[in-house]
Amino acid sequence: MCGFAGYLGHVAEPERLLAAMGDAIAHRGPDGRGLKVIAPAGSALGAGLSHVRLSIVGLTDSAQPMASEDGQLSIAFNGEIFNYVELREELIARGHRFRTSGDTEVLLKLYEIYGESCLSRLNGDFAFAIWDGRAKRMFIARDRMGVRPLFYTEKAGTLYFASEVKALLAIPGFHATLDPFALDQVFTLWSPIAPRTAFEGVFELEAGNFMIADASGRRISTYWSLDFPDSRDVRPEMDEDDKAAQLRHLLEDATRIRLRADVPVGSCLSGGLDSSIVAALAADMAPRGLDTFAITFDSPEHDESGFQTLMARHLGVKHHEVNCTEADIAAAFPDVVRLAEKPLIRTAPAPMYRLSSLIRETGMKVVLTGEGADEVFAGYDLFKEAQVRRFCARQPGSKFRPHLFRKLYPYLPGLQKQSAEYLAAFFGADAAPLSDPLFSHRPRLRGTAAAKLFFSGDLKSRLAGYDAADDMIAQLPERFGRWHPLHQAQYLETRFLMPGYILSSQGDRMAMGNGVEGRFPFLDHRLVEFAATLPPSMKLKGLKEKYLLRKSMADKLPAEITHRVKQPYRAPDSRAFSGSVAQEHVHAVLDARRVAGDGLFNAAAVDKLVQKCAGQAAPSFRDDTAFIGVLSTQMWLDIFQGTNRRASEAA
Amino acid sequence: MSESIKQTIRSFIVENFLFGDEAALPTDADSLIAGGIIDSTGVLELVAFIEEQFGFTVADSDIVPANLDTIDAIAGYVGRNASTAAAA
Repeated sequence: MCGFAGYLGHVAEPERLLAAMGDAIAHRGPDGRGLKVIAPAGSALGAGLSHVRLSIVGLTDSAQPMASEDGQLSIAFNGEIFNYVELREELIARGHRFRTSGDTEVLLKLYEIYGESCLSRLNGDFAFAIWDGRAKRMFIARDRMGVRPLFYTEKAGTLYFASEVKALLAIPGFHATLDPFALDQVFTLWSPIAPRTAFEGVFELEAGNFMIADASGRRISTYWSLDFPDSRDVRPEMDEDDKAAQLRHLLEDATRIRLRADVPVGSCLSGGLDSSIVAALAADMAPRGLDTFAITFDSPEHDESGFQTLMARHLGVKHHEVNCTEADIAAAFPDVVRLAEKPLIRTAPAPMYRLSSLIRETGMKVVLTGEGADEVFAGYDLFKEAQVRRFCARQPGSKFRPHLFRKLYPYLPGLQKQSAEYLAAFFGADAAPLSDPLFSHRPRLRGTAAAKLFFSGDLKSRLAGYDAADDMIAQLPERFGRWHPLHQAQYLETRFLMPGYILSSQGDRMAMGNGVEGRFPFLDHRLVEFAATLPPSMKLKGLKEKYLLRKSMADKLPAEITHRVKQPYRAPDSRAFSGSVAQEHVHAVLDARRVAGDGLFNAAAVDKLVQKCAGQAAPSFRDDTAFIGVLSTQMWLDIFQGTNRRASEAA
Repeated sequence: MSESIKQTIRSFIVENFLFGDEAALPTDADSLIAGGIIDSTGVLELVAFIEEQFGFTVADSDIVPANLDTIDAIAGYVGRNASTAAAA
């Protein structure tokens, strides 16, 4: 786990640039630094790699950038190859020798032997760049699910890449500009759609992709993508006990190889089913005991400490918790935006940043979490909601069916008082066509996009009728239409929101902000591929989410956890900014003249929004979304576009 | 009477849901939900406004889109219920 950056092309002062790029992402690797400038004789292209290290595997002998024995290859690598032990043994049996004990050299050797097809052998969370002196090319790749980040840009014919965009800001003459289309995407589906990022001209290498760059240009290929069987090939007659046993076996192995490290590995414990499962499996495999970590909240609506303590006692682990107040969220929010590098429409990443700081203070730098289970085994409310909407659509005007929506969201007080007619209208139960590929996601997309009300006339005209949802549809694979509706919904969630928000804004960036690596057993690709073949009814059985997962793990968990209904992870949004200190900051960031000067939002409307939210205990979904969206966007401009803005103000 | 009720409702929508942006005001016949103007919390805000502004209590069974999802519908509903309150 670490961070890296590099280039391919012409750079005037390569050492200086590589050092500056490393400085910009130093939080990702506090344990070591390295850089390497490669100037191949007789070639027009220069190359360079910069690396900041968080030592987890091969503590003393795996410094980077690392070169191959013959000096032809150099690698900068962020992440882990969890099956490196088996791969190393296999290569040794075939006569290969290793100088180090870690996974970096194994990866380098695999590339040396297999070239780009080495990727299919890896079970891991990784992003890396290998300079291949034999072929005079740079090989850059990213893991299947999008756990570890990789961004790139091109300037004057030189390719630059890095773990975070911050490092690219060190490129001489590079200025950050917010991409208005990315903003429209954030205000629709919570994040830009890869490869687009919030920064104009900066792109993300998508999950499951690799890039080969050389003198003739660059080419990007996909080596893995999520797939489901055609609807007519789904086999509902599968034996449930068999499948539960297979699931258990895969999950145990996924957890086992994720405990590999030369430092202690802890586990997060949210109080929900998924992290409880991971902690239970890890506790069995940790001979020296397990440390668990949790966030608590003051508001009963968000707090899950009762379940966290119950589970920690059940496992007999050493449990650590930290309380996150509304004031903490407000105070951390500028740092959260700086780390996430994109506008946000929720504050939920902020408590995660606080959690990683607790983990660091305890002296640990690796934790397992339950992330991914909701995507892989269909845990989100959205999946149930889509099912109820389909059920309602089969009998339009039903006075009874829409009452199910209330049951789905017991934690939303605003819904409890609504009539069947309104419930049906809010969820578009009568309106949305079943043939819409985004059917499952329409209420969320529509609810979020309502916050675009605050876009300025100027921004609206620049977007000229652009709709991020149409862009999502355009990116769907041809086979999407043949999948079962639940699989379509799972695909949308796993392809877009998971890498774009869950694993990045709320995951890697918040953990690595404090030099902590998260590991996700549920995102082991063997488990993901297994779950994709399961009949939908084994994932969402009626309205019981993650059915087979619960069944396969019931013997390891207290009944209160096994049967617990999913509570989505949320944090106080606009309400977090209601304290006097936070209000002062909000007024400074959302100062009407500055908002008007930046030209993205309607300043007068934003002013009224700030007043409305300040006076309300429970703002509506739309108002909350708009408040956090506008606030974080203006913070983004302060942080990343500051120099530009001052220049234009002076002009 | 009806036009002044409509105007009061339009002003409330512009202030409370559109934050002063008159250009975003829907026509009297447009669905407030489909336009992204009202969500589940918004309906409760609308009901509270009607009760306070027009001086009658909205029965739970009246909180349905047929009564409240367009400016026309709200004006009609208020007209039918406020008349007794106003006459008193």
